[in-house]
Amino acid sequence: MAIAPTVRVQQQDFDLAAEVAALTSGRTDVGAVVTFSGLCRDEGGALAALELEHYPGMAEAEIKRIVSEAITRWPVTGLTIIHRYGQIHPGENIVLVVAASPHRQAAFEAASFLMDYLKSRAPFWKKEHHVDGSAGGWVEAKEADATALKRWDEKGQR
Amino acid sequence: MTKLLYFAWVRERIGKREEEIDLPAEVVTVSDLLEWLRDKGDGYAEALQQPQVIRVAINEEHVDHREAIAGAREIALFPPMTGG
Repeated sequence: MAIAPTVRVQQQDFDLAAEVAALTSGRTDVGAVVTFSGLCRDEGGALAALELEHYPGMAEAEIKRIVSEAITRWPVTGLTIIHRYGQIHPGENIVLVVAASPHRQAAFEAASFLMDYLKSRAPFWKKEHHVDGSAGGWVEAKEADATALKRWDEKGQR
Repeated sequence: MTKLLYFAWVRERIGKREEEIDLPAEVVTVSDLLEWLRDKGDGYAEALQQPQVIRVAINEEHVDHREAIAGAREIALFPPMTGG
């Protein structure tokens, strides 16, 4: 079954409940919906804001490539990815992944796969701004995020 | 002419978001491009001092450093991504 995934790269916030409803309302074949929200944390009170830079055009294109890959791997009935850019303050949303499927396993795995790929492949960069007014510098990519990707490669080769 | 785009600390160190450049014929691969750009000035040298950490996209798709740049209309240079 062909699904029409939703991919949005936007400055404004999103409404989790509305995005879930968009994947479930009016249908009776969805048995599982998994959502992941990524929020900005304050790093123990030190962080005033994150500045999210992105590569317009490629950000959407790359997320769509990742979504297409997920659709070939899992029997999902719907996928939504929303990634914000611009100034984001502690407590505010950064990213949303919603995966819907007939059974829970596909929804859990597709959502996890999408987040792992977003972290290391989608062209976004975070810069920290500290409460004391200093620029905290660019967040460095974590080795753990690269490692998280590899587990999906291994699964693909099985 | 090829459009070059820079993001995050690559952009800050080079001091511009984008530029149009006429690349010489000897610049064949991504790796050649990074090396050639390093000699364009202090900002470039600072941004590209460790070329192996720089990620590159040609026409909005990730490529590795051995990729040929022939036919590229847009080449983007940026640090490892930290979205999500």
